[in-house]
Amino acid sequence: MSIRIDIEQCTGCGSCVAVCPFGLLEVIDDKITLKEGCNLCGACVEACAYSSLSIEAAPERAPASTGYSGIWVFAEQSGGSIKNVAYELLTRGRELADSLGTELSAICFGKDVSEIEQLTAHGADRVYLVDSAELKDNPEDIYTQQLAALIRKYKPEILLAGATALGRAFIPRVAALLGTGLTADCTALDIDPEKKLLVQTRPTFGGNIMATIICPAGRPQMATVRPRVFKKNSPDSQRQGEIIRLDFNREGITSRTKLLSFMADLTETVKIEEADIIVAGGRGLGKPENFKLLQELADTLGAALASSRPPVDEGWLPYSHQVGQTGKTVCPRLYIAAGISGAVQHLAGMQTADVIVAINDDPNAPIFDVATYGLVGDLFQIVPRLIDKLKNS
Amino acid sequence: MNIIVCLKQVPDTTSVKIDPRTNTLVRQGIKNIVNPLDTYALEEAVRLREKHGGKVTALSMGPPQAEEMLREAVSLGADEAVLLSDRAFAGADTWATARTLAAAVKKMEHDLIICGRQTLDGDTGQVAPELAEMLQMPFIAYVSKIEEICEGKLRAQRMVEEGHEVLEAPLPAVITVVKEINEPRLPSLRGVMKSKSAAIPVWTAADLNIDPATVGLQGSFTQVVKIFFPQRTCQAEIFQGDPDNQADCLVSKLKENGIIP
Repeated sequence: MSIRIDIEQCTGCGSCVAVCPFGLLEVIDDKITLKEGCNLCGACVEACAYSSLSIEAAPERAPASTGYSGIWVFAEQSGGSIKNVAYELLTRGRELADSLGTELSAICFGKDVSEIEQLTAHGADRVYLVDSAELKDNPEDIYTQQLAALIRKYKPEILLAGATALGRAFIPRVAALLGTGLTADCTALDIDPEKKLLVQTRPTFGGNIMATIICPAGRPQMATVRPRVFKKNSPDSQRQGEIIRLDFNREGITSRTKLLSFMADLTETVKIEEADIIVAGGRGLGKPENFKLLQELADTLGAALASSRPPVDEGWLPYSHQVGQTGKTVCPRLYIAAGISGAVQHLAGMQTADVIVAINDDPNAPIFDVATYGLVGDLFQIVPRLIDKLKNS
Repeated sequence: MNIIVCLKQVPDTTSVKIDPRTNTLVRQGIKNIVNPLDTYALEEAVRLREKHGGKVTALSMGPPQAEEMLREAVSLGADEAVLLSDRAFAGADTWATARTLAAAVKKMEHDLIICGRQTLDGDTGQVAPELAEMLQMPFIAYVSKIEEICEGKLRAQRMVEEGHEVLEAPLPAVITVVKEINEPRLPSLRGVMKSKSAAIPVWTAADLNIDPATVGLQGSFTQVVKIFFPQRTCQAEIFQGDPDNQADCLVSKLKENGIIP
């Protein structure tokens, strides 16, 4: 497999050169050449107006075995309470199930899981619950094998899970066991109306490009989604659903990893993923002491304090405050970004906030591209006045 | 102890800028680097060897130019390096990548496999857990401290959302590390000398004895069907005037929106 170049058709226009994310294309003697290292992303194929580039088709894989139907959402819980990401996935999952004309199920593992009926209230037609003392601390070995076994038995065509620490660690193992594809950190999920496939979109190349991905040959089609990427609907307590309690059967399950202890992180007073209002600072703060000013603004608003990557890399704030590609994804009602230029990696973690306020002295900073309101100026002048006015209003 | 460190050569996407006129990547000056988190994996492996003895092997799947990165790994303390390179490997998704790495690991002596938590470019964090499952080994993600290795067991601290966990697993095992685990060293002069003359074998699909149809693009379950640039246009309402006036405007807008009382 490779990119096929039809030299006859190539005019040497170079439009493909500009789009190759890896800089592997070059025009030599008015004809295009491709260097080693191509990952066949296809960006050049689309850019070529003369049909001189094509991806040499891989031999068709055997189509996915039939008999798979329904959408499953892995409903993660912690300490018996179901995480919000489960409801967010059920909300989107409901729309996908309706468009496929199929059923939506939630699958939940844990010990003494409360408010199971909330899963049906948020859209599940059916809930599979495995409740056992052995599942208390989210044991990944057991989850991997248990989920794979249930997927083999019930054959859902799609499985969605939260891209949480747990989900990112064990869902790939399930995919490996089952021999199917998995797409990480999707920011959009849709159904192809003709092929009835799950169409998964995710940022890649450091969030600089978006890739749309399908999984035609493997079942289930699996995807993880970060918390707060989808909005959860309001629960409908009238919704009827079936709750199926499955026995936990230890037989055939090997668990080799053992949890010895857990220490809670106490530095974070407000969880930024759950916060309604977030005040975030970036490199523009200049030094760690200046975060006190932002903390004061946060306190005035009842907000959580967050940060882009540079202050965390500098050690000004702990990693738990970092928003962005390698940090947390947040979706508050209000996000105030002060001294943050808006690198695409940061935008990936916050651009779905309802209202974004950008305070920056560089009018060309990319943060203004995603902002609702922009204040161009010196944050050390603006923020103290903002605090005063909020206190007095 | 035989430690295998998986590394990937990636474009330094943190230096990427978007041309606002054409909305395309400005690629000039983007260098290929060792995936930053993999350097922490390598450092941890070298420290473990210094403590427990044994051998560190750097392993990568990639195009021929990834050899240059593996030389860098040798300069940073790896004893040996192996490159998995074959046209048949190109275009692999995480599943096909893990499958290729697993086939290589099976050919090598191994007690512990260390990977970075995720890569800078693909950013999925999926290859290591998939590799662990294909090798039927225990897996610990996000390790921030290796507390002890003794009697064939590994005890490690790891970071999860709410805090730190301490986990124990028998070896051989696969772990991923976060950057809190250590401070990678700079190459030593001796390392640089060694890296220049190091023989870096290249293994192909035939060497791994795997069917080319099960790796690379052909062996991938997922298919990229479209690549596009996120569209961004400035829609922001910009408040002019002095800081006092700007703050006033913002407060009244936030009230109007019902965000603040």
